[in-house]
Amino acid sequence: MLNEYWPILLFLIIAAGMGAALVVIGSVLGPKRPDDEKLSAYECGFEAFEDARMKFDVRYYLVAILFIIFDLEIAFLFPWAVVLEQIGWTGFWAMMVFLGLLVVGFIYEWKKGALEW
Amino acid sequence: MSLTLAHFLALGGILFSLSVAGIFLNRKNIIILLMAIELMLLAVNMNFVAFSRFHGHLEGQVFVFFILTVAAAEAAIGLAILMVLFRNRNSINVEDMDELKG
Amino acid sequence: MTAADLMLALPEIFVLGMTCIIMLFGLWLPEERQGMISFVSIMTLVFAAIILLGWDDPDPAAVSFAFNATFVRDQMADVLKLSAFIVLAAILVYARQYLRVFKVAMLEYHVLSLFLLLGVMVLISAASMLTVYLGLELIALPSYALVALRRDDQRSTEAAMKYFVLGSLASGLLLYGLSMIYGVTGTLSLAQVANITAMGNNTVLVLGLIFVVIGIAFKLGVVPFHMWVPDVYHGAPAAVTALIGSLPKLAVFAMAIRLLSDGLGNMQMHWMSMLVVLATLSIVVGNLVAIAQSNLKRMLAYSTIGHMGFMLLGLLTGSDQGFSAAMFYAIVYAIMAAGAFGVMILLSQHGVEAEHLDDYKGLSKRSPWLALMMLMLMFSMAGVPVFAGFFAKWLVIQAVIDAGMIWLAILAVIFSVIGAFYYLRVVKLMYFDAPDKDDAISVPADFRAALTLNGSAQLLLGIFANILIGLCVASF
Repeated sequence: MLNEYWPILLFLIIAAGMGAALVVIGSVLGPKRPDDEKLSAYECGFEAFEDARMKFDVRYYLVAILFIIFDLEIAFLFPWAVVLEQIGWTGFWAMMVFLGLLVVGFIYEWKKGALEW
Repeated sequence: MSLTLAHFLALGGILFSLSVAGIFLNRKNIIILLMAIELMLLAVNMNFVAFSRFHGHLEGQVFVFFILTVAAAEAAIGLAILMVLFRNRNSINVEDMDELKG
Repeated sequence: MTAADLMLALPEIFVLGMTCIIMLFGLWLPEERQGMISFVSIMTLVFAAIILLGWDDPDPAAVSFAFNATFVRDQMADVLKLSAFIVLAAILVYARQYLRVFKVAMLEYHVLSLFLLLGVMVLISAASMLTVYLGLELIALPSYALVALRRDDQRSTEAAMKYFVLGSLASGLLLYGLSMIYGVTGTLSLAQVANITAMGNNTVLVLGLIFVVIGIAFKLGVVPFHMWVPDVYHGAPAAVTALIGSLPKLAVFAMAIRLLSDGLGNMQMHWMSMLVVLATLSIVVGNLVAIAQSNLKRMLAYSTIGHMGFMLLGLLTGSDQGFSAAMFYAIVYAIMAAGAFGVMILLSQHGVEAEHLDDYKGLSKRSPWLALMMLMLMFSMAGVPVFAGFFAKWLVIQAVIDAGMIWLAILAVIFSVIGAFYYLRVVKLMYFDAPDKDDAISVPADFRAALTLNGSAQLLLGIFANILIGLCVASF
């Protein structure tokens, strides 16, 4: 019974280990040259210590809008991945076409500069 | 008491009525209109899922997936229109939408 | 899914593929070569039409299903799709100069119109509630964006917001109705729905039907669900009004046939009485309010409401005769609307929308050709004999009489006479009033050719009405 959970435990161990390793390697090997700018509180690109209820930059909405569209693909990918063995190559290529269409949209937004700050 | 199809349909109906009332009664903020529209689609999703479970097949749930996706696209377009509207008149008040009359 | 399924939907696949290609390559086109987008889009329509016609079909009247019976191809679908190609091609020709003058994004306009066309095609071929919904939204979403295409224009964005809210409300209502029908019948396929409802009705089904009819009424813009039509027509750029005033009408007609006749044909006694109310109200309100308008866009919007009322007259009879009459009406209306807005687009060439009736004063002296085209379009809309619009009205009224609803036919005749008044007022302004301004109107050659075809089509479709009527009759 518990055997079935072994892969999950393994997954957790590897994930935790990899996360820890990256942090440790970064802090050990990375160069450290602190100055005032770097140590000041960071608030998403705004000047810090302003009124916290200020209006958001309108570009955040753009990112949010694009996110809404592109994160929904997971709703299709997940059930597709679960039954991939039964639906065979037809199902595979149907999903590839779907993802291809998303890529077209992505190229469009990229080229239009919607991802630039 | 156990939950039956009727309960879910009632929930769907209540959510749907709330959203329609929200669209017609709301006189303040366009964002609330967008939220009401989303709620309306979710009410329909509730119906579809309940019926799908009741009939014991998946067609309705597949429909829900499509509604979810379309709702996301719709919200995106709604927000985009809201943004250009706000840029043009610095207000998202429903009552300020009075340029077009006749 | 088999290769045969894909072949059946080849025109749709082709349009989708070309739209993606145009979208990608348009991004890298330099500013001065943007005209190519228009050319490639029109070529796409031409080839889509060739694929549609060239698809070898042993029996043109055959009904073929694809993709688990979610997609249907029959003669009605082919005729409507072909009309949609022709109408869109004409509008794209009209729009080119306008887009340049008003600095509207060329690429976005074309890509969105092609997506709208794709939605129209999907909705026309829908055989399941799922495809009905997807087609409908694929029409609606590009339309919202198109209306807001002049981003810095207050009226354009306000119209887009109104359109968005009411359009989404309509989709939601329709969807709620569909969920009820799904709940009762346990299937999404419209053919199955027809089989199951044959065994008897129940209250939930009627509730679903009410929501479906309201959804259709919203999308058609018939009274009392017409509030959005005048505002959206008025606020949208003329090149966009031409689009949303013509193509979606074809698709929504098909949607009404698919849902009400193919799916819920057994509940005819229920939807018939609802449609009678809607049709009567729209014919009365549309034609009366149009008289009071001084803005041509608003006038045409109310005239649309009236015309859609007439089209419903054909639908509500529930007979094959009525359906084919309504189909003829929808096609003729789409062509008329494209032409009328084409004239408006042409006159808007100085960066101001030529939407006031005064802008048309003395048009015959400024450009006799343009005035003549507008005259033919207005005559056709008014239903003057030998023009196509006359036969459209004639056929639906005939169908209503044959269905035994004499009072409805009398009402329709009275209000088409009243309606003729405001169309003829435009003609009077053009021919008998002195022009306010006398600047020349420059017309690109392709524009002239397309509008000449569009205007004379009103006369030709009237004189040779039998050909199109034959196609419509064979569809049912």
